[in-house]
Amino acid sequence: MSTTAHGESAPVADRGPRPAPSPAAKKIGGVLGWFDDRTGLAKPVRYLMHKVFPDHWSFMLGEVAMYSMVVALLTGVFLTLWFIPSAGHVEYTGSYIGLNGIHMSEAYKSTLDISFDVKGGLLIRQIHHWSANFFIAAVGLHACRIFFTGAFRKPREINWVIGTILLLLACIEGFAGYSLPDDLLSGTGIRVMEGFVQSAPIIGSYLAYFIFDGAFPGEAIIPRLYIAHVLLVPAILVGLVAAHLVLVVVTKHTQYPGPGRTNENVVGFPVMPVYAAKAGGFFFIVFGIIALTSALVTINPVWMYGPYDPSLVTADSQPDWYMGFADGALRLLPGWLEFSALGYTLSLNLALGSIVLLPVAFGLMGAYPFLEAWVTGDKREHHLLDRPRNTPTRTAIGMAAITCYLVMFLAAGNDLMAIKMGLSINDITRVLQVLFFLGPIIAFIVTKRICLSLQRQDRELALHGRESGRIVATPDGRFYEAHEPIDKYTMWNLVDYDAPKPLELTSGEDARGVKSPTAKSEKRRAAWSRFYFSDRIPPVTPGEVAAAHHDGHGHEAIEGGHREAVGSGSHSAGH
Amino acid sequence: MNDNDNRPAHGHESPSGGTAVSLEHGHVAGSGNVPDRFENPGLPPHQPRHADVDPKAAKRAERQVLALFTLSILGTLGFVIAYFAIDIEAMTFFPFFGHVSVLHVLLGVTMALSLLGIGLGAVHWAKTLMPDHESIEERHPIHAAPADREGFVDTLADGGEKAQLGRRPMIGVLGGTALGLFAVPPLLQVLGGLGPVPGSQLAETFWKGGMRLVRDPEMTPIRADEVTLGSVFHVLPEGIDGETVHGRPDSETRNDEDLGVLERKAKAVVLLMRLDPSQFQSQKARDWGYQGIVAYNKICTHAGCPVGLYEQQTHHLLCPCHQSTFDVTQDCKVIFGPAKRPLPQLKITVDDEGYLVSTQGFMEPVGPSYWERS
Amino acid sequence: MKALAARRRHPAALIALLVVGLITVGGLFAVLSPMQRAQAGAPQVSAQDVEAGKKLFLANCATCHGANGQGTKTGPSLAGVGAASVDFQVGTGRMPLAAPGVQAQRTEPVYFNQTQIDQMAAYVTSLGPGPGIPDEKYASGQGGNIARGGEIFRVNCAMCHNFAGSGGALTRGKYAPPLKDIEGKHIYEAMVTGPQSMPVFNETNLDPEAKRDVIAYLHFLDKNENPGGHALGNFGPVGDGFFFWLIAIPVMLGAAVWLGKKAA
Repeated sequence: MSTTAHGESAPVADRGPRPAPSPAAKKIGGVLGWFDDRTGLAKPVRYLMHKVFPDHWSFMLGEVAMYSMVVALLTGVFLTLWFIPSAGHVEYTGSYIGLNGIHMSEAYKSTLDISFDVKGGLLIRQIHHWSANFFIAAVGLHACRIFFTGAFRKPREINWVIGTILLLLACIEGFAGYSLPDDLLSGTGIRVMEGFVQSAPIIGSYLAYFIFDGAFPGEAIIPRLYIAHVLLVPAILVGLVAAHLVLVVVTKHTQYPGPGRTNENVVGFPVMPVYAAKAGGFFFIVFGIIALTSALVTINPVWMYGPYDPSLVTADSQPDWYMGFADGALRLLPGWLEFSALGYTLSLNLALGSIVLLPVAFGLMGAYPFLEAWVTGDKREHHLLDRPRNTPTRTAIGMAAITCYLVMFLAAGNDLMAIKMGLSINDITRVLQVLFFLGPIIAFIVTKRICLSLQRQDRELALHGRESGRIVATPDGRFYEAHEPIDKYTMWNLVDYDAPKPLELTSGEDARGVKSPTAKSEKRRAAWSRFYFSDRIPPVTPGEVAAAHHDGHGHEAIEGGHREAVGSGSHSAGH
Repeated sequence: MNDNDNRPAHGHESPSGGTAVSLEHGHVAGSGNVPDRFENPGLPPHQPRHADVDPKAAKRAERQVLALFTLSILGTLGFVIAYFAIDIEAMTFFPFFGHVSVLHVLLGVTMALSLLGIGLGAVHWAKTLMPDHESIEERHPIHAAPADREGFVDTLADGGEKAQLGRRPMIGVLGGTALGLFAVPPLLQVLGGLGPVPGSQLAETFWKGGMRLVRDPEMTPIRADEVTLGSVFHVLPEGIDGETVHGRPDSETRNDEDLGVLERKAKAVVLLMRLDPSQFQSQKARDWGYQGIVAYNKICTHAGCPVGLYEQQTHHLLCPCHQSTFDVTQDCKVIFGPAKRPLPQLKITVDDEGYLVSTQGFMEPVGPSYWERS
Repeated sequence: MKALAARRRHPAALIALLVVGLITVGGLFAVLSPMQRAQAGAPQVSAQDVEAGKKLFLANCATCHGANGQGTKTGPSLAGVGAASVDFQVGTGRMPLAAPGVQAQRTEPVYFNQTQIDQMAAYVTSLGPGPGIPDEKYASGQGGNIARGGEIFRVNCAMCHNFAGSGGALTRGKYAPPLKDIEGKHIYEAMVTGPQSMPVFNETNLDPEAKRDVIAYLHFLDKNENPGGHALGNFGPVGDGFFFWLIAIPVMLGAAVWLGKKAA
């Protein structure tokens, strides 16, 4: 047990001698004893109950994801009791008069029955769909938190990779679920999927025929997607989430830097009772918010779309938002990317936005920790998070990637932007095509500048203290604003970070003038290192603070403006 | 393996000498015995909460927690009552929401209350009444002790030795090969059974010469004089709703007669429009039509959505999925968007009774591109 | 299979029923009252009507459509467009056009009263025969088969106007307008005449019964029945995503922030 008391008032130390166990405690002990005799779990469970978790709202994003997944799993099981995954042909005779007598698949009919004829069925369906949305969004936001705080660094690279796979699987799982009801919208989604599967070089048409058991749409795709949606993908998801959690316990949670927090400790609340109540309660809050959303806001009103028919389509045919970026990419790609030669066709206009985009985007994401570690040459364990401003280049890379994603995401809504904003869909598409290339560059530069100026601001604060708003007149007629020194805890928040320098490029030759075999790679690495670290604002050192106080407040004088003169007339105030 | 030595660029600023400080910030470090870095000041002193110092506040917090738990119980009761008391077909009007199902909304709201009551109550309890002193847990290196690691490697090597892999290498080679291959039978079974090979099916449609054009969904034939200027008809080949001829498609399947109705429709659906014949810029488009009536396949050559949006003044066809735009006056050439190929045209004429008929099937594969499509 | 009306018979919905009743009555009145005038005005075309219509035409339309409706560079010829076209374009406030734009928009209030519109329609009909004012029997949509109307709507209309008639984008700033709360007569007229970008759906393409069914379906959608809660405009997944990221996710984050904050 490594929980130690801290400081003068830590509770663990204050407990003193334990009182004799109460009758209730004895009773619990008896039941537990029965289990412990058979499992030996008392020790590890006690260890877990004493585990300490740091407290921060951004650490709850992963919990939102996990809890939403649990809600989706629960409601998904309910839905399987009524849903019929079959393309079999039936006539609708249910309660919804808008489709009375229409011919449709059993899948669509059973979805309508869940919505209109099963008490509370619509609520469960909407909870299922909304919780899936929350799941994917929370995984994405959680990944952003991990990225911008550098929590993916050693020893947590494996968990980052698992998380990346989870995000991809979550999107696939969502897409499969969206496709199951066999309404006009979901059928259009599958149609586009068939289109991009066909665009795979050489094997495309075979792949499509294998997936659909013949010509599109066929009768096989719904049962096949169903088993993927209810068994295959969820099983992998749950397994990976379990692995993810085990690794969190093994590596312990990261924490934000701050007074008392070091790379060698975890400061927070023990599982029992605080964290158990908070995290347990949070499950109900997440479930409650999802239930409230589902009670008040319709999602995917399948009855409005009508049954799928490959000859029909509706305006505003879009995938759910999490696949929006891929759909947007398809909208932005120009037609000239399709090539025909020697009797073969290569449809890059389709393939680049789908079967290339997904693996490349998620591959780059998964590989990032290793790329950054290679550039920095950093092999230390990191348990203290970075403030995003203190790693300007990484933060800028992240914002550039998010911008790229957002451009594609917005492109998927170009038709609705056109009608809601009174613009031309063609103009929007052209602008977004340009922004796809320009946006990330601008975002990179702007973000980096913002980070650097925030760091400078931190330096100013650390060196000169807080602006008090008091204007002080000196005997010789100068004015300056008095600065109040900051306390040591605030100071620590401002200075506790690393600002690595770029790697020095060695000559690439050893003492005898023999070229090192890794010279080229080293050169590349040094260039990347410059890219990462040449703009750096080092943390303030005690020496600098002392010097700043010695210098006086010359350059903060608000009158005169002649810096040199002011700077020399130093020791006016503040000491 | 916290090997801090092999990170040359990660040293901190050295205070020795005046050069250690970046000059851009205009300050010079003083000399003397100033430390290199600030010291971690340790946890700030604990700030007690209202509930810690004021028994009234603690009582208030307790009452709030109790109220939230009560709310949860009431929510659960409400759910049960609503479930049995309210008819599934009852609808009611709420401003801003429109007509909503009473049962759905009540079930959802009571369920949310039941859940939020527990959640908010438990968290509020933890925040206000449970101890909020922070605990510190020390971290330990994640990796095993070097001895354990060596022991692990030794055990592995020893196992290999005892299994006589070194002395009888062929066991390892063949055993490994067998292991690598054992997945082939199940994989072959599943991949082989997934579906038929496409054959030439992607290049065919249900259309043949002499088929009447019929309205979707009424399935009634169309006379040429019924297609007035500016009209658009959504058209299928006559007989497309007929029975599947050979049942389940297999590798022998060459003909769309062997497919189901939806599979036939997915390729055969056609859009019929009438323009002033002088507006066609392509002689072929004019010739393949009948007095300005032209028929084009409706399946987008990009990803396969039906291109149904016909603007009768500009004669543009727009795909709602990815906005590929085709110009009917230019033989459905792509003028915007991600599609490359024009929509294939169906050659039509009229039969003896004045009904529109196809003179031949499509002369090229319809729909999205694929590798072996010429 | 139960009638939809049965849903309103529940005690829990009593108060709401009153509201619903009032709104329905009001809505029906609004929908029906101008139609009666149209019915009365359409068949009785007299020479005076044509003359009065010509005067209105010269004052309001001739600038673009020419003194004799022959058309100019800025406006098309009106010979043969028929009374239905006039009734639709003027009756929905699309004409007269204040200024040339990408496309004429529905505007409120309508510039002319129904008598004046009928007079202009009479004049335009005198220039050349065209589609007339639709028969109330079909244009009202009453007695139409809602489900069949929905099927026809999805084949012919949904690709531009969206599955719920929420409207959709066309090329270069043009759009298919939303079809909410539109008089049946105007829906019918739009189908027959094919205003602006919209293609023509003449009586041989969609027969009057089919048009009636489509109108019945659209009026069914006008009841704004969203059993699952707010419909977010029925714009498909984009609407869902918009709500999700702007409201639902901030609420969830708010809960997390509250949880992570130290109690006062």
